[in-house]
Amino acid sequence: MVAPLQHIIAVAGLLFSIGVLGVLFRRNAIIVFMSIEIMLNAVNLAFVAFSRYHGNIDGQVFVFFSMTLAAAEVAVGLAIMVALFRNLKTTDISKISSLKY
Amino acid sequence: MLLDHLLSLTIFVPLAGTGLLLFIDGGRKALLRGIALGTSLITLGLSYLLFLGFRPNAEFQFVEEAPWIPGYGISYLVGLDGISLLLIILTTFLVPLAILSSYKAITEKVKGFMAALLVMETGILGVFAALDLFLFYIFWEAMLIPMVFLIGIWGGERRLYASIKFLLFTMLGSLLMLVAIIALYNQGYAELGRFTTSYLDLRQISLSPATQTWMFLAFGLSFAIKIPMFPLHTWLPDAHVEAPTAGSVLLAGVLLKLGGFGFLRYCLPLFPLAVERFAPLMVALAAIAIIYGALLAFAQTDMKKLVAYSSVSHMGYVVLGIFALTLQSVTGGLLQMINHGLTTGALFLLVGMLYERTHTREIAHYGGVAQLLPKFSAIFLITVLASIGLPGLNGFVSEFLIILGSYPTQPVGAIVAALGVILSAVYLLWLVQRVFYGMPSKQLKAIAEKEGKMPSDLSRREWAVLLPIVAMMIWIGVYPRPLVSRIEPSVQALVSEYRAATEVAAEDFAETLGNNGEN
Amino acid sequence: MADTLYLLVLFPFIGFLVNGLGGRWLSGKQSGLVASLAVAGSFLIGAQLFLGLLARPEDNRRLVQTLFTWLPVGELNIHVTYVFDPLAAIMVLVITGVGLLIHIYSIGYMRDDPGIRRYFAYLNLFTFMMLNLVLSDSLVLLFMGWEGVGLCSYLLIGFWFSDAAKARAGMKAFVVNRIGDAGFLIAMIMIFDRFGTLSMADISWLAPGAGIDTTFITTVTLLMFVGAVGKSAQVPLYVWLPDAMAGPTPVSALIHAATMVTAGVYLVARNSALFALAPITMGIIAAIGTITALLAAIIAITQTDIKKVLAYSTISQLGYMFIALGVGAFSAAIFHLMTHAFFKALLFLGAGSVIHGMGDEQDLRKMGRLRQLMPTTFMTMTIGALAIAGLPGLAGFFSKDEILWSAFNSSGGISWIWLVGLATAGLTAFYMARMLFLTFFGERRWAEGVKPHESPSVMTVPLIILAFLSIVGGYAGVPEALGGHNALHHFLAPLMATFQASGEASQAANHPLELLLMLLSTGVVLVAAYYAYRFFVQQPGLPETAAGKFPQLYRLSNRRFYVDEIYALLIIRPFRALADLLWKWIDVRIIDNLVNLAGRTTERLGGALRLMQSGLIQHYASLLLLGVVFILLAVAMG
Repeated sequence: MVAPLQHIIAVAGLLFSIGVLGVLFRRNAIIVFMSIEIMLNAVNLAFVAFSRYHGNIDGQVFVFFSMTLAAAEVAVGLAIMVALFRNLKTTDISKISSLKY
Repeated sequence: MLLDHLLSLTIFVPLAGTGLLLFIDGGRKALLRGIALGTSLITLGLSYLLFLGFRPNAEFQFVEEAPWIPGYGISYLVGLDGISLLLIILTTFLVPLAILSSYKAITEKVKGFMAALLVMETGILGVFAALDLFLFYIFWEAMLIPMVFLIGIWGGERRLYASIKFLLFTMLGSLLMLVAIIALYNQGYAELGRFTTSYLDLRQISLSPATQTWMFLAFGLSFAIKIPMFPLHTWLPDAHVEAPTAGSVLLAGVLLKLGGFGFLRYCLPLFPLAVERFAPLMVALAAIAIIYGALLAFAQTDMKKLVAYSSVSHMGYVVLGIFALTLQSVTGGLLQMINHGLTTGALFLLVGMLYERTHTREIAHYGGVAQLLPKFSAIFLITVLASIGLPGLNGFVSEFLIILGSYPTQPVGAIVAALGVILSAVYLLWLVQRVFYGMPSKQLKAIAEKEGKMPSDLSRREWAVLLPIVAMMIWIGVYPRPLVSRIEPSVQALVSEYRAATEVAAEDFAETLGNNGEN
Repeated sequence: MADTLYLLVLFPFIGFLVNGLGGRWLSGKQSGLVASLAVAGSFLIGAQLFLGLLARPEDNRRLVQTLFTWLPVGELNIHVTYVFDPLAAIMVLVITGVGLLIHIYSIGYMRDDPGIRRYFAYLNLFTFMMLNLVLSDSLVLLFMGWEGVGLCSYLLIGFWFSDAAKARAGMKAFVVNRIGDAGFLIAMIMIFDRFGTLSMADISWLAPGAGIDTTFITTVTLLMFVGAVGKSAQVPLYVWLPDAMAGPTPVSALIHAATMVTAGVYLVARNSALFALAPITMGIIAAIGTITALLAAIIAITQTDIKKVLAYSTISQLGYMFIALGVGAFSAAIFHLMTHAFFKALLFLGAGSVIHGMGDEQDLRKMGRLRQLMPTTFMTMTIGALAIAGLPGLAGFFSKDEILWSAFNSSGGISWIWLVGLATAGLTAFYMARMLFLTFFGERRWAEGVKPHESPSVMTVPLIILAFLSIVGGYAGVPEALGGHNALHHFLAPLMATFQASGEASQAANHPLELLLMLLSTGVVLVAAYYAYRFFVQQPGLPETAAGKFPQLYRLSNRRFYVDEIYALLIIRPFRALADLLWKWIDVRIIDNLVNLAGRTTERLGGALRLMQSGLIQHYASLLLLGVVFILLAVAMG
């Protein structure tokens, strides 16, 4: 049995919203980072679902790209975070506001 | 083979020199200066070849064309006529002197300084040579940036204010010019059926009087700021006072000429009807600038500001000459640009040399310099005399041509200009009086005590800077013919083209009136 | 023969270059020799050309040499063309002849000055420019010489520039002259606009037949005359000349008496064809000349500086020349120009000799009884004074009386021009006698320690030659009434236009009347000289008594009618105030504030907007999200 497209999209949407809320409201940088990953994976899920629905392989190919990208992003992102922590002794992003006017 | 690309070579040699500079350690100042000077001298030599090879007729010569962005009809198109030839020579002539003059004055960040000067040279040469509007605009903007840096990094105390003011003024103008260029581009497409930014092509199209008016205003504002015309001149004194000597020399010597050049190259041939319409206004502003600049120069207490305001006055003659639109007046206007470049450039060099010795620009601090530095004073006096238009030196030739040529079309402007001749004598001789004559002032003595010696007269390097300019001033004053003969055909073509265009328009207008009458 | 014309101007120019650039390798004396030789060369060439000119038939006395084309633009074609004709010949001979004597004199006078090389360089440059002025055919090149001599005048007045006041006198001369030059310049462009040429020969040829309207010709000639007024120190632009006495005395003799200041007279005479067509201008010229002649003569009476007396005398005599021009007696003006060059140069050089001998004392009140100590100077100066006063038989008598006679004739009888001219002749005799008496007669008034002595022969020989010329110079133009045939007048006649109201036309007719007038003016001169004798020799207390009787009058004259003060109040101060006002208000307050306002507005706007920049990523992300939602909604709504 194959779940209908609407259900999968709903799950993807839900996952994306969770990610958005996490990005917007959590203060710990690592959790914000994880939330971004959740959003990314929600998109991946939607890609796969549409690919299956349209019978077109392109969507799944894209998922591979975005997963590679995500991996790279994690590597860079975590490196930044380690550097930040070393300098500021915190991962609370509300305290990191040196871009402020 | 190389000679086929002589013009491009001239334009880009300074840029190549900059490239060379980048590979040299910033601490090796003598080498950096040597390379910069060498590069600019090579450029001067190349431009002299251009001068020799130039045939005195109205056509564009040394034309080079290469597709650049073919999809949009943009190409690398450069060429020379009598109008740009002399301005290019002026540029290549002044840059080595500017470099040489900053040997002692600039000791920090020499590499950047020299690079900025050379990049600017390429930009200026490009503006004069470009025959493609897009290319022209690129060069126009490109030369601005090094100038802002020159003022902003190597300038005086209020350098930031001055450089930002300069930038804002010029950007305001060039932005509108960009809009007008794009509009012209679209008009060109509508009429020619293809996209092109070539000046030679766009000259062919005919624009409605209303369009011409708007475009003239957009282009004109940019040029008027550069010249600068009253009341858009207030950036000039600040920029000059803050800029290092070399910057002032190029600013007064060449950058201001871009405005006059722009009017001649773009406004006159492209928008003749608008030119006809605005000529009285421009002449009025020019007349105001002549008197106003002179009066303000008289009121100044800072030597550099005085020279800066005298530029406003002298460039007023240029505008008058251009918009009086006769063969003599336009030729005079163009020649006045050259002469102003030489004399005012020399004045800034001289003021700079004096400043290096005494570290003050306040006129009141001086007195009796002629006694201390007789040779320096002699050169200064010759330059001042050239600037006030003494016959036998260069300034007179152009002022005379302008006044003589303007009288038939703009009698009032011509008379005001003739009266301006009185004022220039007043403020410059008054400067000479206060700085050079009398006994050495208390301040100068105090400075001499602090330094342990009286300031010394011209060094060999300074002679090398000044003698070429003085020689040019005398040469142009005594025998201006070689220059005039190269200018004249192009100006002649320009003026007759303008005449033809405005007369056709007048006939059309008369015809329309006639038809209406019949109906 | 015309081929050697360029040598005339070339010699002084070489002298200038040698002295100006190579001066440091020359001793002061060598420098003076070089300069004198250069002028001597010009003089010899000039004399040779002059003789050649005389040998030619009267209607063909014109040598032309074109060197090169200076400025060709369209229909404008300016050639460097030198023309040697009778008028130029006289000017050249005066410039190089008197100039040579002054050069030689200077070798002695400037002997101890450290700037002597510079001095001779300037002097040669001046000669070069002056020769250009009188030889050029083109108005533009004339103008070049015109401004060039002004420059040399500036440099030489301010020769001792360590004294700021002297340098300022030079500046004043240059600037006042510039006012006139602007008029000249405008006249030039108007002429070109009308005639299409700037060659004076062409203009003179074209003008009479051109059917010119009165407004045009009056304007042009008036503007040209403004130039002449500046250069020749006429009212109201004469104020620079008295100050110009700050320069070395030989300079005053050469530039401010004999040559440069007469350039205005030359200009009008050279363009007589134009001026003859403009009766209104001629009237104004005569009026200005008259006023100047009288005013300057009155001022000269009370001056106590020997050079100032001579300066005002020069202004007055120039006024005389303009009277002649104004009544159409062009050649009489040139005649007076020539004789004036002789005796005024003589007087100045004599004064220089006195100043030199007195150890740089110029105040007449500190001289007296010098005639035994400086016999040559005394003798020659007396001759000069007699010549300028117009003693019959001396140079000034012939030229002055020709002017008076022309003035009398032009109005057909007694006119105020003539009357003032006559009065001025009397005043001239009076102040000249006063100067002589105060210098050479009466009590010795010099301080202890001053040892007056006669000057060396390098200075006195020129004085003697000039004295000789002051005696014989007038015989070039002995009027027919006295049995002569006015050679100079006939020599110049082909070049001079006839002015409709000219006095010269009827001149031949009434010899007895002319003789009578001569007697009259001689009488006036003698009476004036007698009064001077009574005032300053017989009863030295009398001047004070007279001054005490008319204190206002005396002060007015002594303070030169307060003209300088009036100019300062009416022109210079308002000018400065205006310049300051424009700068501090228009430029700084209005324009710059507008510019700064534009900058500040941008700054404020940015200041408000930057509050959005909290630096918190989550704020940015929220805004991003809101934006995305907004766009999606917009798309969804269609």
